[in-house]
Amino acid sequence: MGRAGQHTGAALGQVSESTSVSIKEIQLLDADFFRRWMTAAAASVDREAERLTALDSPIGDADHGSNMQRGFRAVRTVLETEEPATPGAILQVAGRRLISSVGGASGPLYGTLFRRAGKALGDAAEVTEEQLTEALRTGVEAVTALGGAAPGDKTMIDALVPAVEALGTSFAAASAAADKGAAATTPLQARKGRASYLGERSIGHQDPGATSSALLFAALAEAAGE
Amino acid sequence: MSESAQKMVGVVLVSHSAAVAESVAELAKGLAGGGATAPVAAAGGTPDGGLGTSAELISEAAFAVDQGAGVALLMDLGSAVLTVKTLLAAGDELPANARLIDAPFVEGAVAAVVTASAGADLAAVEAAAKEAYTYRKE
Repeated sequence: MGRAGQHTGAALGQVSESTSVSIKEIQLLDADFFRRWMTAAAASVDREAERLTALDSPIGDADHGSNMQRGFRAVRTVLETEEPATPGAILQVAGRRLISSVGGASGPLYGTLFRRAGKALGDAAEVTEEQLTEALRTGVEAVTALGGAAPGDKTMIDALVPAVEALGTSFAAASAAADKGAAATTPLQARKGRASYLGERSIGHQDPGATSSALLFAALAEAAGE
Repeated sequence: MSESAQKMVGVVLVSHSAAVAESVAELAKGLAGGGATAPVAAAGGTPDGGLGTSAELISEAAFAVDQGAGVALLMDLGSAVLTVKTLLAAGDELPANARLIDAPFVEGAVAAVVTASAGADLAAVEAAAKEAYTYRKE
């Protein structure tokens, strides 16, 4: 993907020939990186809001796009006004804002994801990719505990779980895995949320929550320049 | 009920719809009979009047009905349930003695408000609301 070379090679364990390369191999993610992620997510949700709502129309209540848009606009605003200074603080502030502003189930679910991940990162000024992966894994586990969805239930979990698994490889791989997971929800029958009331009629539609999860991981890869 | 200063359990009714939350609150208070009833607050819909769940309205309602004897939160479904669970997990967004009550919304609300108005404690209010699940209609 674009901006090749900026952060490459880290996860492949290439033999380094210079100190500067080996520093890049332990890629540290600072507060700016997390701000870029949230900003990219807000922009992506803005661009894709209509598609999210369109996906939510046949099997949901046609508000996922506008809910996510309201939530991430609020995140963008709060990051400007409160100026959290560490990766953990940024994710916690974002999560809290999503919980208070979204208005649908995606608010507490994504809010829990970011807040738990933020808590797991503590107050370090910089974190490693590995720490971020672990933090997001903790966050996804909290989402599972809250919503009770398992893989295959046609929910955001179907994108989040493979994305976090692939994060050990690269940000681009995580984004691709989330996309694939979201696309794979189409033939599934919903077993959680409002769509589950539709039974077999939920088959044939891509899950809006899995789709927005894929947008969040695409934004993460964008923040990483992958 | 002998002491005028007796603290009562507060009840918060969370629905996707402001009209539903307010109407169920009216119904429950009405069925609780004459005299003073326990504090009841409706937290329905979004702040702009739409259908959905507002963490802020829930939080405000819970603190408004908190007299120190506990707060029982009853929800309709989906994001209402998830939001209350998330607020409880946050630790500081609800009164310390707030509790999610797993009960049918309308029947549970009536049972909770009647019981709380009689001066029962939070555990008794919860038990009464939950018992509404056992009331069969056929």
